[in-house]
Amino acid sequence: MQPFTIHTGKVAGLDRANIDTDQIIPKQFLKRIERTGFGKFLFYDWRYLADGKPNPDFELNRPENEGATILVANENFGCGSSREHAPWALQDYGFKAVIAPSFADIFYNNCLKNGLLPIRLTKQDVDYLLQQSKRVDYELTISLEEQRVYDENGFDRTFEIDPYRKQLLLKGWDEIDLTFVYEPYIVEYEKKHHFIS
Amino acid sequence: MKPKTIIEKIWENHVVYREEGKPDLLYIDLHLVHEVTSPQAFEGLRQKGRKVRRPDLTFATMDHNVPTVNRFVIEDEIARNQITALEKNCQEFSIPLADLYSSEQGIVHVIGPELGLTQPGKTIVCGDSHTSTHGAFGALAFGIGTSEVEHVLATQTLWQHRPKTLQIRVSGRLGDGVTAKDVILAIIHRYGVDVGTGYVIEFTGDTIRNMSMEERMTICNMAIEAGARAGLVSPDETTFEYLRGRKYAPKGEEFEKAVERWRKLATDEGATYDKTIEIDASTISPMVTWGTTPGMSAPVDGTVPHPDDFANETERKAVQLALQYMGLKPGMPITDINVQHVFIGSCTNSRISDLRAAAEIVKGKKVAPGVRALVVPGSQQVKQKAEKEGLAQIFIDAGFEWRDSGCSMCLGMNPDTVPEGEHCASTSNRNFEGRQGKGARTHLVSPKMAAAAAIYGRFVDVRKLQIEPVR
Repeated sequence: MQPFTIHTGKVAGLDRANIDTDQIIPKQFLKRIERTGFGKFLFYDWRYLADGKPNPDFELNRPENEGATILVANENFGCGSSREHAPWALQDYGFKAVIAPSFADIFYNNCLKNGLLPIRLTKQDVDYLLQQSKRVDYELTISLEEQRVYDENGFDRTFEIDPYRKQLLLKGWDEIDLTFVYEPYIVEYEKKHHFIS
Repeated sequence: MKPKTIIEKIWENHVVYREEGKPDLLYIDLHLVHEVTSPQAFEGLRQKGRKVRRPDLTFATMDHNVPTVNRFVIEDEIARNQITALEKNCQEFSIPLADLYSSEQGIVHVIGPELGLTQPGKTIVCGDSHTSTHGAFGALAFGIGTSEVEHVLATQTLWQHRPKTLQIRVSGRLGDGVTAKDVILAIIHRYGVDVGTGYVIEFTGDTIRNMSMEERMTICNMAIEAGARAGLVSPDETTFEYLRGRKYAPKGEEFEKAVERWRKLATDEGATYDKTIEIDASTISPMVTWGTTPGMSAPVDGTVPHPDDFANETERKAVQLALQYMGLKPGMPITDINVQHVFIGSCTNSRISDLRAAAEIVKGKKVAPGVRALVVPGSQQVKQKAEKEGLAQIFIDAGFEWRDSGCSMCLGMNPDTVPEGEHCASTSNRNFEGRQGKGARTHLVSPKMAAAAAIYGRFVDVRKLQIEPVR
């Protein structure tokens, strides 16, 4: 996993609630057996017109959002299917973090496993950022160490993250390697509960 | 001793390691695997030279990509690759697989219970959000992403934070024609698609107690549509009777011992939850979704709402976009919505009792002109049973297409899709934009409501139909 420490980047806003993972990455792109290359299919049905040309009305296609690395959206982002292809697609497109008032549980976890930082801020703060994101070159800085999101105009907020997950993200550690450290406990548990017959 | 909920009991039984400031390391009793969310996990194992720790606690099948006609001829090359990859992975890592040739193949959430793999008290995961279905048996079952699939394959554990608990108590008698599907749709409609975020839901109350296992599965299946990763029902005699004699359930004396253990799992009298919601079953009508989230629904005798009916700007905007996508006008009666497609299937409603309920409506009638109607049984076992009982013939005589088992039109990863702009009465679980095909307009309903929509070519109130029982 790519470590996440501090990041400054352009902000794109997607002012919708309940954006489900079917929108983030439609099912026709789930058949690939690789983890990479999903970025070009991100928000596919919203992003492209029937003839395959970019839909000029879709937020991410607007010139001011070109090169954005921080996505801001409304409540319950990432609901629906457990497909990890959703964070893979967001990350492959270039996003490093997603900010929303709330996230669906499975999506939130999936982001953390991939070094894509999901940040919960209040609805009021998100509304402010959605407004700001309409400006060309509006940037935010995210410091995971300080658990802080701030801009150059005085917006400065802290966010919550599980300390264990934070450590993994900061170091970019492989979780499975870490879990193997606890193997004696797993063996012990299996002795009590799950003999191999 | 402090009274505990079933959620707390199962959790405590599975903690492998606990340390302040960390999630709990939780043991996983059953890991179900399908072709779409597993290839990258197996590839991850290979790259690091890791093994599958407990192939004996892992079970795989193929369901998402599977064609429902000519299932052995998969024309989509990428889909075929994914199926072949699962076969190879299962062989390489010695994982039992119900493949396309197996009489046990089916939708992973249909076959788990059917084979008796799903049992009370187990922790069950699968790279699929509808894993919550298995909670109907009093198991703690939840969907995971591919990284977590890899973690479970390698370690048979997951790092998890203890969830909050939400009790949804449903009491009273359901009206005729009102089904488990309508109960869960009504709950999501009233309390929202994120009422369960951060929670595990326990469904309680006499309405739930009086439900069959298959009805409970329909309810728990859609717990995720209410935002909860897991939903469950404390096990009881109905649960034990369902499991008795199933292939992977304990046998003979072992079964009786297991039942004694399972009985102790039920939530203790006086246990408390972080949140409780009460629902009066008699207030629930057959439901139809009109929008693009499972919460956007109305009783069949209601109307499509107006964006101005909603309290905040985000909701108004969402409703406006949804109506535009669905091609519906505010104020329009639900029964004026015409359908061109009907899909009876999916991990929500493709079990034998669902097909029986639909067949009762269909018997002796014909699918309306201009409607294409599909029945996709949830598993090979359901299919065979329905054929033996004569249900398949009832559907075929009425003009339905009778298909092979798989996820099919629920998400259209196989060739079963709904064309752009056309409406589908679907017994599945998600009416998201593009879910059943680009531009497809999905209406979630119960099997009875879907069957009636096939006959009339529009939504009708099943409570007003004359229904003859299937003989």
